[in-house]
Amino acid sequence: MANRIPRVAVREQEPKVRAKNFEEVCYGYNREEAMLEASRCLHCKNPRCVTACPVSIQIPEFIAKVNEGDIEGAAAIIARDSSLPAVCGRVCPQETQCEGSCVLGVKGEPVAIGKLERFVADYMREDTAAKNSPVSDSEHKANGKRVAIVGSGPAGLACASDLAKWGYDVTIFEALHKAGGVLEYGIPEFRLPKDKVLKPEIEDVTRLGVKIETDVIIGKTVTIDSLMDEEGFKAVFIGSGAGLPKFMGIPGENLCGVFSANEFLTRNNLMKAWREDYLTPIHAGKKVCVVGGGNVAMDAARTALRLGADVHIVYRRTEAELPARREEVHHAMEEGIIFDMLTNPVEILGDEKGWVRALRCIRMELGEPDESGRRSPVPIPGSEFEIDTETVIMALGTSPNPLISKTTEGLEVTRRGCLVADDKGATTRPGVFAGGDAVTGAATVILAMGAGRTAAKAIDEYLRQQP
Amino acid sequence: MFEILTKEMLTPIICRMKVRAPRLAAAAQPGEFLIVRADEKGERIPLTISDFDREEGSVTIVTQRIGASTADIIAYEAGESFADVVGPLGQPSEFVKMSPEELAGQRYILIAGGLGTAPVYPQAKWLKQHGVPVDVIIGAKTKDLLIYVDEMKEVCDNLFVCTDDGSYGFKGMGTNMLEHVVSKGHSYTQAVIIGPMIMMKFTTLTCKKLGIPAIVSLNTLMVDGTGMCGACRVSVGGKTRFACVEGPEFDGYEVDFDEAMRRQGQYKAEEAAVNEKHVCKIGRGK
Repeated sequence: MANRIPRVAVREQEPKVRAKNFEEVCYGYNREEAMLEASRCLHCKNPRCVTACPVSIQIPEFIAKVNEGDIEGAAAIIARDSSLPAVCGRVCPQETQCEGSCVLGVKGEPVAIGKLERFVADYMREDTAAKNSPVSDSEHKANGKRVAIVGSGPAGLACASDLAKWGYDVTIFEALHKAGGVLEYGIPEFRLPKDKVLKPEIEDVTRLGVKIETDVIIGKTVTIDSLMDEEGFKAVFIGSGAGLPKFMGIPGENLCGVFSANEFLTRNNLMKAWREDYLTPIHAGKKVCVVGGGNVAMDAARTALRLGADVHIVYRRTEAELPARREEVHHAMEEGIIFDMLTNPVEILGDEKGWVRALRCIRMELGEPDESGRRSPVPIPGSEFEIDTETVIMALGTSPNPLISKTTEGLEVTRRGCLVADDKGATTRPGVFAGGDAVTGAATVILAMGAGRTAAKAIDEYLRQQP
Repeated sequence: MFEILTKEMLTPIICRMKVRAPRLAAAAQPGEFLIVRADEKGERIPLTISDFDREEGSVTIVTQRIGASTADIIAYEAGESFADVVGPLGQPSEFVKMSPEELAGQRYILIAGGLGTAPVYPQAKWLKQHGVPVDVIIGAKTKDLLIYVDEMKEVCDNLFVCTDDGSYGFKGMGTNMLEHVVSKGHSYTQAVIIGPMIMMKFTTLTCKKLGIPAIVSLNTLMVDGTGMCGACRVSVGGKTRFACVEGPEFDGYEVDFDEAMRRQGQYKAEEAAVNEKHVCKIGRGK
């Protein structure tokens, strides 16, 4: 029977200490803590957590194995459905997915499914005895059919893993110099350690036989047409994400000291500006305003804080509407980030040298609910005021890069620049599939992985029908 | 890894390298650029493509030592390899997309300043190959900083060389040379200006005075070069454009050069600090 104990707390770095370093914030469970937390699972007959998981991990099954102390068994169960458990255990919005639908959460705290997933993945990587055991319990014979994957982010890695497990000859093309997509350039070290966690997880994918070719920009270096017509790829999956930054279109956005969150985070994460031994410059200054309320805004704010700045987050709605993971908001507040809610920038003011001096904002109030059901913010006339700042970072969301759609015949896009694909991932061009942010616009790692897996199934079906 | 096939120093601080990058060479067009990252700890440095050889699978880059990262690039020798060379990036020059009818009757003047001479070369070469009349002005501070003089003679109808101090060719700047050439009766339907931002600003003004439409190639800051970071944004005709994917070439009349120059210097303080402590990792940087 389930153990009626409170949720086992997870150990974290002290907020004051971690605000000055890039080490991981959360230490995760050890074996004893994980086994104890696992004992809380009720093992529901109809587990709602599995339904709520975009990749349908058999959550009660793997938790049962953790409870027994069979961590390798737990890892094998997760590996059937997820190729990136150490990543997902860290970055998934569990509170709206698996943990959000856990029955225990109705009256108390849900099982810490994310932390358990992370523990299993970390244990398998760090424990030397477990390290050399196979990552997957499925084996298929190579069929020699080539599939190209565009982008090495979560969607591409998930799609590639499944196809490789089923015997396909898979090559991932990555535009940047390192694989991982947003996991590498977007999510900071303190949330997802690169060498310790991400690199081994990508190596697990290449151990399945997946090849990764970096420095190839599909749409510039080669086109989808040339991959299919000249290089012998029978199908293509586009998981190129949503990489284009949005700006507000307010006066002063091209002043020096105004950056997209993409630039700021890419300099720090992919280009390692936070490390003394790398040449990349980055500019935070003493005071930074980050505009936006999503995970990217939290990441940019907490990065600027660690680079030594006082940081404000400027958000036009209230705390309840913040789209970021709850844990990130909580961590950001603990670390001393100041949240200016119901505040919207109207202009960025510069000094005589063309550098940012202040952010001019207007106070907002919540009006009627909009189409999304969220109450839309309305400006309060005459309430403008200035926040002195050296740097402004725009974290307003991103949209898909048009490089591929513009250079591929027969590939339709929506008005918002997203690739048109059906619920199986098939685009308007035969043999070309797509999923993740490239189709939906900016969303989450796990939804992209789910879309990658769905498309992998569709690609398999498609290629079985081909002569 | 991308092997350096040949290397030669064109001046004490400007270096020409031919690098093996078959996919890039197969796709490259005049006007486009590429990004080099010398090693794991280096920056991603945008460089213009000054030539490409599809059969050999090579691209030619010309680098001037400006800061720590360009010093690292120059320190590499033939036979060694760069960690990353990626491209082609940006849009090809407008004339590449023009029909023979549109090209008929065009007379180009390509105006190069300093290192900008390298990317002018493939443009002149393309125009010459396609039978379009093309003259070239190369300007530099002094004789020792001139590059591509002999190569350029082969790919244009008239080459005019000027130096600020008069140590070679006409004494004066590119703007003076252009006015001189036009006063001698040469006329042009289109100018392409590539060089330092300040040179492009003033040469554009001269073109405007002379009534010659001017295209400029903007060497802005960038990180990824694919539209992701927005570091390269420039105001063109009052609208924000991304030089990496929409450029690097724009209508010079429309570019806000003063803003572009300020934005280009955005990381000066940080870079000065890096240069101060930077000891070339390979030890041959000087």
